Amino acid sequence: MLRFIAKRLSMLVATLFVASFAIYGALYLAPGSPIAALTGGRTLPPQAMAEISQRYHLDDPFLTRYWIWVTSAMHGDLGESIPLREKVSTLIGQRIGVTVQLVFLTAVIIIIVGVGIGIVGALGRGAIDVGVLLAAAVSAALPAFAASVILQFVFGVTLGWFPVLGTGSGFLDSLRHLTLPAIALAATAMALVARVTRTAVREELDKEHVQTAVSRGLPWSGVVRRHVLRNAAIPITTVVGITVASLIALSAVVETAFGLNGLGAYLVQAAQNKDFAVVQGISLVLVFAFVVTNVVVDIAYALLDPRVTLGSRAQ
Amino acid sequence: MSSLLEVRDLTVRLRMDAGPREVITDSSFDIAAGESLGLVGESGSGKSMTARAIARLLPDGAQCTGSVTFDGTDVLALSGDDLRRHRALVAVVFQDPRAHINPVRRIDDFMTESLRILEDVSRNEARRRAADALAEVGIDDPAKRLRQFPHQLSGGMLQRVMIATALLSKPRLLLADECTTALDVTTQAEVMAILDDLRRTLDLAMLFITHDLELAGAVCDRTCVMYAGQVVETRSARLLHQDPLHPYSAALVQARPDIASTAERLIAIPGRPLSAFEAPAGCRFAPRCPHVQDECRAQDQPVSDLDGGQVRCRRAVELRGSLLDGAHV
Amino acid sequence: MSIEILDPVAEVAETSPERRRFGRLGWLGWISLGIVVLALLLALLGPVLRPFDPNTGDLSFSNVGPYGSHLLGFDQQGRDVLSRLMAGARTTIFGAAFVALLSVAIGTTLAIATAWFGGKLDAGVSAGLDVLFAFPGILLAVVAAAVFGPSLLSAGLSLAIAYSPYVARVLRGAALKERSLAYIAALEVQGFGAWRLCVRHLLPNISSLIVAQGTILFGFAMVDLAAISFLGLGVQPPQADWGVMVSEGKSGLLQSYPMVSMSAVLCIVGVVAAVSFLGDRLDAASKDVRR
Repeated sequence: MLRFIAKRLSMLVATLFVASFAIYGALYLAPGSPIAALTGGRTLPPQAMAEISQRYHLDDPFLTRYWIWVTSAMHGDLGESIPLREKVSTLIGQRIGVTVQLVFLTAVIIIIVGVGIGIVGALGRGAIDVGVLLAAAVSAALPAFAASVILQFVFGVTLGWFPVLGTGSGFLDSLRHLTLPAIALAATAMALVARVTRTAVREELDKEHVQTAVSRGLPWSGVVRRHVLRNAAIPITTVVGITVASLIALSAVVETAFGLNGLGAYLVQAAQNKDFAVVQGISLVLVFAFVVTNVVVDIAYALLDPRVTLGSRAQ
Repeated sequence: MSSLLEVRDLTVRLRMDAGPREVITDSSFDIAAGESLGLVGESGSGKSMTARAIARLLPDGAQCTGSVTFDGTDVLALSGDDLRRHRALVAVVFQDPRAHINPVRRIDDFMTESLRILEDVSRNEARRRAADALAEVGIDDPAKRLRQFPHQLSGGMLQRVMIATALLSKPRLLLADECTTALDVTTQAEVMAILDDLRRTLDLAMLFITHDLELAGAVCDRTCVMYAGQVVETRSARLLHQDPLHPYSAALVQARPDIASTAERLIAIPGRPLSAFEAPAGCRFAPRCPHVQDECRAQDQPVSDLDGGQVRCRRAVELRGSLLDGAHV
Repeated sequence: MSIEILDPVAEVAETSPERRRFGRLGWLGWISLGIVVLALLLALLGPVLRPFDPNTGDLSFSNVGPYGSHLLGFDQQGRDVLSRLMAGARTTIFGAAFVALLSVAIGTTLAIATAWFGGKLDAGVSAGLDVLFAFPGILLAVVAAAVFGPSLLSAGLSLAIAYSPYVARVLRGAALKERSLAYIAALEVQGFGAWRLCVRHLLPNISSLIVAQGTILFGFAMVDLAAISFLGLGVQPPQADWGVMVSEGKSGLLQSYPMVSMSAVLCIVGVVAAVSFLGDRLDAASKDVRR
């Protein structure tokens, strides 16, 4: 088991290095000289240009520059935003809280509602099942930005139940402000999780080992808990992990739609302003979060299914 | 001696896409306490379904008529807690052990689950009993095996685990549904030996389901032959081989190649085995029977007693003793 | 020696004919197909057939609802909404089609190449794809917009590159399975070259899976592309495009004039739902054929 985790972690580190290399290198794909890219095409006084040249080590070979950037990043120094003249890490720090809250709230909704109705649909019959499938189909058809618009209009503007823009202050107010965005973000993910849950639980119900448990006279509730749900948890955890990981990038859309000052929205603004240091910094953070989430899912999968780490050794 | 298990006129209909289909028709047999009865038949004969009916493990929508009485209780009418109690008393060993054990839980969890949940036995005590049971079925280092997962054990070993588990709840009847079919011949012999041995020491009644007539003959006291959902012959195992009463049983006996003699062609029964719902009116074996007459097809065959056994053939008395003569191709 | 015992229940269930009404698609399937065809026609002919000029507007009609022959009213710039929808279909739909086709092309090539040659190529490509998996499509598109400037092309290429590893992974599994079949080995022994075998035998046999994947990807691409345009990093306003329209209509929506945003959203959702449904059906049908 430990060997498995070690292997996964080493792959994570390798992937992060290559990804960071790509993120850093992207800057140099931009047309024109690097310094033009860094300044976003703005003209600055020669002294400022010289200062930038020195700070970004633009006279050094590419790999040196990359190495300096990456090692600083590991210490939390992601450079400085040229247009804003502020440390990128500060700018990120101001906004990461909103994104984390949003993603967390969305994940909670996905797990509780998605897995919940999936199980209900699998264990129920007839009308309940059809209802679940229908709800899932409707939810699935609403990608994040479509759901944002619809929810904003129906529940925000028309009904006035929730605020439409901004993050609010204080715990409860923030929660109110994040409700619609979280639901919008969760819509398609919920549907997918519900569908996979339903299929997984259904399949497990038909398995022979479940029949064995029944044949031994064990009570049905115990069989469902210890054998059906326990085994179905494997694919369910995987899909929940994947959908939560995908939220990381999708948050940009919802944050922009709802006027939340989170990392995603800021990334979009920075891209529009060609503020490269910020784009690189936030990209690195998002990729890091994405990859780490996937590794956590892998490890959870291995914990749930012993066949993965121990392998099949018939003796 | 009253029987532990009495099956009378059991008819089972399963719900399928095309409508309800009969798979067992008017079948009857008894098993006395401590006795082992072999249930032999080809695919579609209904033998597996018989075991499931006894253990009440039929698929949803199945309809049963007739009666199944276990130790005086009407099995088909049970429900709720009574049903679960009944299931705990009737142990089933299935064909493919790997499919029947939860792959993500350890062996000791599987073996002790019933004891811990139904009988409120402590975890340590249950594990101790499980280790003893494993030793009894010939698994060495039981403590180590208990900590392992199913995928770390071979098929034969898993089947022994299944048998050991079945015995932990001290059942009075064991239903073995093709439990050695998925194993290689050597392992098969070992598992059969274990079953036989345990049966005698524990005075356990057993319903041994198989398609292998000879195997049934080796371990069972009596043998029951099923064809197309009906019991066609019930006889003491040894006598079934020497003196079968039904043309189908005779054909099964003859189809087994004899290692001692040489033959130019292997004997086979022409046609293919049918399920109950595909069978014609009248004698269901008629289309494949070498001794068929017109009257055979006209009406359903009743079961009659003959020489200590039962047989479902109108020509049984007439054909007695001559069924094994000559080769039928 | 294992003898397979036929389960009479399963055997009968498998052979009984399944009666399906409306052929294999079902009535929802036909509706979906209709929507998809309509969308394709709009994409092709929209800019030509639209009743009014999608790019010129009369500000005195800003955010006015349906009026005369302007069936869906006007947007904030006073432009006819229906015309903009019809014209906008082109970038939205063809953009998505471009992404789907490109990612399927890349993914299929990688899948077949790695499945065929195996060894170092497989290991190397798989490692490369593993890194690519770390980049969500939208993130890649945002970075590309920062580097190359926002455009439909930069967004489309980014999405195609981001999707390829998923396609490659799914198809690689199928290609490996196909490659291990006996008939491929038989043809190899007869001396047929790798190219010929891959193109004329391997490829056609996973083609139904490829089509199913492509259809699913088209749905995702449409949504992602529209989202990127919505963010202002894809198709640029004032060009008509459904994603752009959603963004343009936002201020109107917040003032209780949802027409622009909602109509664009409904178009997107409608087409995506239809395509997903068809994709599901195709996927199920391809499984039936292979069974």
